Amino acid sequence: MSVDRRKFLKTAGGAAAWMAAQKPAPAQSVVPSSGDEAVAGPDADVLTTDRTGSDFMTDVLKTLNFEYVCANPGSSFRALQESLINYGGNKNPEWLTCCHEESAVGMGHGYAKVEGKPLLVFAHGTVGLQHAAMAIYNAFCDRVPVYIVVGNHLDAVTRKPMRVDWVHSVQDAAAMVREFIKWDDLPVSLPHFAESAVRAYKIAMTPPMAPVLLVADGHLQESPIATDAQFHVPKLTLAAPPQGDSGAVAEAARLLAEADAPVIVAGHLARTAAGMRYLIGLAETLQAPVIDQNGRMNFPSRHALNQSERAGAVIANADVILGLELIDFWGTVNAFRDQLYRTSRPVAKPGAKLISITSGDLYLKSNYQNFERFTEVDLAIAADAEATMPALIEEVKRRIDADRKRALQDRGAKLAAERQGIVERVRAQAVYAWDESPISTARVSAEVWAQIKDKDWSLVSDVTHGRDWPLRMWNFDTYYRHVGGACGEGLGYGAPSAVGAALANRKHGRFSVNLQTDGDLLYAPIVLWTAAHHRIPLLNVMINNHAYLQETMHIQRMEDRHSRGITNARIGTAIENPNIDYAKFAESLGLHSEGPISDPKDLAPALRRAIAAVERGEPALVDVVTQPR
Amino acid sequence: MNRFQALRNARITVLAILVLGTFVGLRSAAAPQGNDASKANTTANAENGKRLFRTVGCWECHGLVGQGGEAGPRIGPPRLELTALLAYVRHPKGQMPPYGPKAISDSDLTDIYAFLQSVPKPPDPKNVPLLNNLN
Repeated sequence: MSVDRRKFLKTAGGAAAWMAAQKPAPAQSVVPSSGDEAVAGPDADVLTTDRTGSDFMTDVLKTLNFEYVCANPGSSFRALQESLINYGGNKNPEWLTCCHEESAVGMGHGYAKVEGKPLLVFAHGTVGLQHAAMAIYNAFCDRVPVYIVVGNHLDAVTRKPMRVDWVHSVQDAAAMVREFIKWDDLPVSLPHFAESAVRAYKIAMTPPMAPVLLVADGHLQESPIATDAQFHVPKLTLAAPPQGDSGAVAEAARLLAEADAPVIVAGHLARTAAGMRYLIGLAETLQAPVIDQNGRMNFPSRHALNQSERAGAVIANADVILGLELIDFWGTVNAFRDQLYRTSRPVAKPGAKLISITSGDLYLKSNYQNFERFTEVDLAIAADAEATMPALIEEVKRRIDADRKRALQDRGAKLAAERQGIVERVRAQAVYAWDESPISTARVSAEVWAQIKDKDWSLVSDVTHGRDWPLRMWNFDTYYRHVGGACGEGLGYGAPSAVGAALANRKHGRFSVNLQTDGDLLYAPIVLWTAAHHRIPLLNVMINNHAYLQETMHIQRMEDRHSRGITNARIGTAIENPNIDYAKFAESLGLHSEGPISDPKDLAPALRRAIAAVERGEPALVDVVTQPR
Repeated sequence: MNRFQALRNARITVLAILVLGTFVGLRSAAAPQGNDASKANTTANAENGKRLFRTVGCWECHGLVGQGGEAGPRIGPPRLELTALLAYVRHPKGQMPPYGPKAISDSDLTDIYAFLQSVPKPPDPKNVPLLNNLN
């Protein structure tokens, strides 16, 4: 007998022995339709079982250490829900009730940006995923991991008749979102589910991070399994994030160290607390100005080298520009004019060297255009910028001797002087409309800051809400002070992501603040009930300007361009007549609420009362009627 | 009146006419062109300007009292002379959408300018305690 045949027989025999050792699920019965003759198998009278496939799925999901699962309940994952809350003890993950799948994914988006790992989201494979789609897109654009499991009934003969099972079933559940998730699978067995579940987590967490989706078939969930059935769960080993090529990093370091006017621009750099430390290290080594585009909390707002307020002048003067995880490098070095004929012009000076370090070069798709315009750079390093920073800093340090260091100190001193000028300008600008009603966004920002500055606070909304005033006034000095924005710019992100981020902050004892715009809240406002129900402490301060103002300005632009109807821009964009009473609405959801407030003198006392509620562990909302921007 | 006095009076009259005519001419050159060119700045209606500032959408970008917003700089109180502002509004160089004469008249823009001039000066930042903790 040949060696190969012996090997084959040994393997076949081994496989046969393994298969014989498994306790297969009992044969599936067809569920009889009511009133008709039953076409039943021998198990039709067996009505209970100790374990089903969903219990094993729970075992698998628990190995991934999810803290929470956010879901609006759905019959297509009823078994998995029951297994998680009973078999799994409703702990790690704990089930959080959401009233819209967009809220569930939005919460996952905000949570992951604070906690650095995903939470679990469940949804129907059809209607639930449809609801969730925009929030998934936001997370995809923002490079945030969200772990989504959808229920589905692939086997047609097991679907209950009369609508729900049928209209909530689909051949390819992930198809509608495949363009903006990183990976998906439809496991057809429990071992397959185990491997795919672990693989999905690993893929979601490998930079550039993004949402992933797993289909949990209803039949697989609900089929009985033997009480002592043992299935293997692979161990999770996260991939080390990709670092930049050593030669390219050395070249980048040379360009930066030799530059007269280097500039560092940070986009989605800081995935972890280390990211901010690294950027401080690099900037201080080079004594280079930093422009923070606030995709993440990249750089301290009051650092002497933070020149974000002077971005235009700094970019125009630069001879080397380092872009770290920039979503839009082209827009960083070019100005674009939105007039009848769209034009652009470079704002960086001719000959300036552009260096890009981004994981975005490693993974992108074609259909959705979130990758922005193509940029001509001099050095493109396809790598995770945060992971590459230590090597880059060391290479830069090697190239800076004592003489050079002294010269760089002079550069740093000049930048520090410019920084002081920025502070004076901010003060001078903030005082305009200071006592006006509606309340200026500068006043709102200053009043909130006065109340929270001595707390361990975290701004869980887009920092640009309130016209960048928080960035200009507050002291963003550590990595959780803000979480960036939606990135996909899909409205409706704000409230859910704030609730999710506040959820993550809760166990750390941080005070979460959400500057909430009115238009954004209206998409899925009931997420505030989820915050009340699950006692997620969060101070929501409305920036209520009674409009989808961005769109008002767009319509105004069109009217001005056509010289007609220039008073009509609020048609279809205003949120008034009646004005929505957000305070009453929030109160109905169980929040402490204040307002509406349109006199700035009333703001501080209202904020204090709301903060007291938040410090008791509740969410609160203060409706502030503000100037347009 | 003798002949000398009559001649002197005539010279004074001619001189006065010339001076007045020059003044009117200069004011006309400075005054907005168009169908309301005769409407001088001093007769502009700030109340109407305030109403127009809202209805034609200036506030959307510049704030309700021209204090500035995310999309538009501070214009109240104005930093440009009227003629410069009129020229810019008709043909902005940056992102601002143009307001042509068909959209809004010089007279209405002059009223808006008057409103912006009426915006009170802000307090001194040094006297605003909430702005003292920005360092």
